[in-house]
Amino acid sequence: MNTAAHFSYWITIFVAIAGLYIVIARGNLMKKLVGLAIFQTSVYLLYIAPGKLIGGTAPIVAEQFRIYSNPLPHVLILTAIVVGVATLALGLALVVRIREAYGSIEEDEILEQDETHSTDITSKQA
Amino acid sequence: MIASHLPVLQVILPLIAAPVMVLARRGAIAWLLALIVSWAGLFISVALLARVADGSVISYAIGNWPPPWGIEYRIDRVNAFLLTLVSLIAAVVVVYSRLSVAAEVPREQQYLFYALYSLCLAGLLGITSTGDAFNLFVFLEISSLSSYVLIALGRDRRALVAAYQYLIMGTIGATFIVIGVGLLYLMTGTLNMADMAVRLRGVSEVRPVLAALAFLTVGICLKLALFPLHLWLPNAYAYAPSAVTALLAATATKVSVYVLLRFYYSVFGESVVFSALPMGQVLLVLSLAAAFVASTVAIFQHDLKRMFAYSSVAQIGYITLGLSFDSATGLTAGIVHLFNHALTKGALFMLLGGIALRLGGVRFEHIGGIARVMPLTSFGIVLGGLSLIGVPATVGFISKWNLILAALESGAWWIAFAIVLSSLLAVVYVWRFVEAAYFREPGAAVAKIKEAPLEMLIPAWLMIAACIYFGLDTTLTVGSAAQAAATLLQGTR
Repeated sequence: MNTAAHFSYWITIFVAIAGLYIVIARGNLMKKLVGLAIFQTSVYLLYIAPGKLIGGTAPIVAEQFRIYSNPLPHVLILTAIVVGVATLALGLALVVRIREAYGSIEEDEILEQDETHSTDITSKQA
Repeated sequence: MIASHLPVLQVILPLIAAPVMVLARRGAIAWLLALIVSWAGLFISVALLARVADGSVISYAIGNWPPPWGIEYRIDRVNAFLLTLVSLIAAVVVVYSRLSVAAEVPREQQYLFYALYSLCLAGLLGITSTGDAFNLFVFLEISSLSSYVLIALGRDRRALVAAYQYLIMGTIGATFIVIGVGLLYLMTGTLNMADMAVRLRGVSEVRPVLAALAFLTVGICLKLALFPLHLWLPNAYAYAPSAVTALLAATATKVSVYVLLRFYYSVFGESVVFSALPMGQVLLVLSLAAAFVASTVAIFQHDLKRMFAYSSVAQIGYITLGLSFDSATGLTAGIVHLFNHALTKGALFMLLGGIALRLGGVRFEHIGGIARVMPLTSFGIVLGGLSLIGVPATVGFISKWNLILAALESGAWWIAFAIVLSSLLAVVYVWRFVEAAYFREPGAAVAKIKEAPLEMLIPAWLMIAACIYFGLDTTLTVGSAAQAAATLLQGTR
């Protein structure tokens, strides 16, 4: 188990923890989404990197090539990227709506507004 | 000919219906389509349940690519049972939703509501039918993304924040699940769950497998809202439209429990999960904490929907408590409670939707004396509440009875005592409703309203009736659950 051989895993772990840290530590709803996107990106690396063989080519059967890289992780991650894009788009759309409703995208300001106004809103509804 | 395609048909129908609804742009047409696909799904899943009742397994190769290379849909007694539950709830809720959605969702958004409803249903049924680990993740995201939007459709602006918080926590959970699946793929080279289970036995390097188990457990437990990963649930349930709360409370967390069962018993195998790591003890502690802490928090809520949302967290604790015993009796108890709680909570949230429709909200200070004007709704909530407590002749009693049997079988009588003690907390929060609804004088706002419309009452009361019926006659529910537990346990040996 040496560090150089597991280089891509170290990068993956670093990116994952960095992303997760941003989600937890930042109160800005936008920055949280950025952190979430970084966290998801680390998974792409986790899947793609082990599929590559040094000297391997695309899996097209031809006489001069003997070693092929595994194409399946690419297909899986293509799907995961689509899911990630959809999640990010939906998250940003929600942030736009939250900003329209609260006039802020800072988590603490939004929670403060909910605490002070919660009684007014319900009395309006009833 | 069509009969051989049933496993995929129930997922495909709502998936195709959703874009058709968006193109039609009419709320009424969208509702009719949602009604058709939900009921078609129910008939298909009952047909599948009948076909696998003898213990056989239906394997369906998507696009005729044979497993383990292609995506396989694999129906056995466990997921046929779950499919029936999910499509039953969806079929009842869709009937109920027409009036409820008309009152709570702006007219120009109603067709989108039903499109998302269908997508969510397709996702949930897909998770349950698939035998492919990555396909499971994709369906998980389909159902999750659509439920974030469904929650955000709530009238209160806090629904937006609740949906955002659910999106963040749900995505972290889903990403943990992909990491777990990725590690398993690295170790076995396959994504087919049955094939994975066979190949895992030959894997000599155990540590990545245990890491995968840990990632999957945390990810799935975020999705099923196991205490203390439940923080997204109370607000999401409280501020979502009533029909959405009824659907999600009864199906989404239950499907996540199924995913946990599938990975624990059909992929890793019981021996890896419960002896290599102390999963049983961890689940036991968290489940009991959920039952006590969430029930206590429920007592102090001002909003009925939020109160029953916290009660859901507690009830999920009972389901995972059943799993933690690592025995056939415990597993049966967990699966029975999964079914029973889905019925009870679905009914309760549907009845609360009736009050929300007439009164505009379900806060305790506004509902005083509501039993005078809405007797059927109030009595239904009381019966549902009795089932949450576990009073004999309701489904709740059957669940608790089986749980206590499992606890005594494992030799831990103090757990049986804790189950009874935590049920007493449910008595307190159900009594708060009884006190407000029956023993207070109706205010001016309450005196003006009338009983909820029949179109909403009948579906809700059907579920309440089912709660009583399955509390008296348990051959179908406990029988199916025991069979499902046996299927899961034999998958490993």
